Amino acid sequence: MNYRFLALVSGLVVSAVVATAPVAGQAGATGARPNGSPPKAYAAPRTPDGQPDLQGIWTNATYTPLERPKNVTKEFYTPEEALQLAKRAALEESDQTEPGTVADVHYDFTQFGLDRSQGTMALNLRTSLIVDPADGRLPPLSAEGQRRAAERAAARKSRGGPHDSVQNEPLSARCILMDRNGPPMLGGAYNNDYQIMQAPGYVMILTEMLHDARIIPLDGRPHLPPNVRQWTGSSRGHWEGQTLVVETTNLTDKFAFQGSSENMRLTERFTRVAEDTIRYQFTVEDPATWTRSWSAEVPWKKTIGPIFEHACHEGNYGLYNTLAGARAEEKRAAEEAAKKKSPK
Amino acid sequence: MRKWLRRALTVSLGLTLAVIAAAGQTRTYRASRAADGKPNFNGIWQALNEAYWDIEAHAAAPSPVIELGAAHAVAGGLSIIEGGTLPYKPEALAKKQQNYANRLELDPEIKCYLPGVPRANYMPYPFQVIQGPKYIMMIYTYGGAVRTIYMDEHKEAPADSWMGWSNGHWDGDALVVDTTGFNDKTWFDRAGNFHSDALHVVERYTATSPDHLLYEATIEDPNVFTRPWKISMLLYRRLEKNAQIMEFRCVEFVEELMYGHLRKKPGK
Repeated sequence: MNYRFLALVSGLVVSAVVATAPVAGQAGATGARPNGSPPKAYAAPRTPDGQPDLQGIWTNATYTPLERPKNVTKEFYTPEEALQLAKRAALEESDQTEPGTVADVHYDFTQFGLDRSQGTMALNLRTSLIVDPADGRLPPLSAEGQRRAAERAAARKSRGGPHDSVQNEPLSARCILMDRNGPPMLGGAYNNDYQIMQAPGYVMILTEMLHDARIIPLDGRPHLPPNVRQWTGSSRGHWEGQTLVVETTNLTDKFAFQGSSENMRLTERFTRVAEDTIRYQFTVEDPATWTRSWSAEVPWKKTIGPIFEHACHEGNYGLYNTLAGARAEEKRAAEEAAKKKSPK
Repeated sequence: MRKWLRRALTVSLGLTLAVIAAAGQTRTYRASRAADGKPNFNGIWQALNEAYWDIEAHAAAPSPVIELGAAHAVAGGLSIIEGGTLPYKPEALAKKQQNYANRLELDPEIKCYLPGVPRANYMPYPFQVIQGPKYIMMIYTYGGAVRTIYMDEHKEAPADSWMGWSNGHWDGDALVVDTTGFNDKTWFDRAGNFHSDALHVVERYTATSPDHLLYEATIEDPNVFTRPWKISMLLYRRLEKNAQIMEFRCVEFVEELMYGHLRKKPGK
């Protein structure tokens, strides 16, 4: 653990120092310009067909939580505070298993440099990704939102335990959808890598996790008919100055981002605010869930490729073993119970 | 039949064949250009043939699942292979026949596994090309499979994968894609035609009209075949104004098939 921790923290210091200055400047600019217009100093290069150029390989890795911790009242940390918190988070990640123990035989992503502290990460001074409401927390549930949350909890319970069937397992364990895919696209514990490509009339965002390509048409075509629902919905984009605005509807209630309904309307805004930074903002409107809309923001930093094939489903031994293990445990418990009933 | 009539028919048939052959080789077409001056292959494309059932010539046949009746019956089709048949080594041919006999259990498509190359290009669904000077991406409906073709960062495959590692270059107006680094788990079709991890695919994409690409691929795998072999077909542009790649997350559709037997039994 010691070696690994030293490597982690020293690596983090370097990247954090490099990242501090621009992020601090950016935080100020964001406060002054809530509509996402970039600081005047930077203008993104243009693609040959005239779109602001967002192309490249990016990461949205962050330790910043979606919601502001309850004991924090301010919107921004100082760079020193943010660095301290990032170091603590890096240490917790490196501590997930103790080397030399049986638990450490399990796949430990910090060993392979996959965790956030060992890769590119913006030192975000924000205390939460949520920027609106001002308290940095999800708004209260609407009456309908409360009712549906209760119904969903009851339905979950009636379906049995988490390992009773494959359908009860989390979507990420089933290789169907990850937080990185969204939408909205939010980082996770590791592999927060994306590649953006632009062709005339389209922006394509490839999430490395689940080799998931979001193809966003820019030609103003209508959304899919309301009866056609997709895990990632129907996304349509347009440019507002330097900002790519993507509106998404036609979602399902199966992903239920933060408990949302299938009628959630998502607006994402991508603005290249520096050579190596895209500001990613999103607004969620879903009166069937929350009493008001809410917005969040996270920087995407330029990182190195290439994006590799993430054949999650094809190598999903974990899912099989989880279910098979649960059935084996039940069998063993039943046999022991039977033994107790009829001794000898 | 009288001699003169037979001769006349032979001559006219010969002429027809010559015309068809010429039509198939309208390589003189000059494709529209992308911003970097290269042929522009951006768009949504789809093969229109029956090779996804069997890349060799085959007659129509019943569905391997009786309940699906005619809805999932095999459509007859002609070979896409130059010379008609696959040059299997004898032991590989035996494995192909086993694959066919057990295709419901073994075909990776049934489990929603990534399709590999060239199979991805002639599955019965559209795919979209997003083209840039450095990267050309092919995004397939089936399983959301994705290929990135590296146009200037050529390198060896860092590891084996389902879709392989693709290095591309322009040969005149043809896009040539050299793909290696495959695993041995994908097939060429639903008939059990297979390869090993020594598979090497060299593809050529050539525009023959604004809405057609001639797709050719030379396939080499000395573990399975006695010699390299070549396939060719046309890819057609999807011209509907609202054409788009729809979500096809088939993982969800195969969960019951793959893990249903691991469901907790009621009352236990």
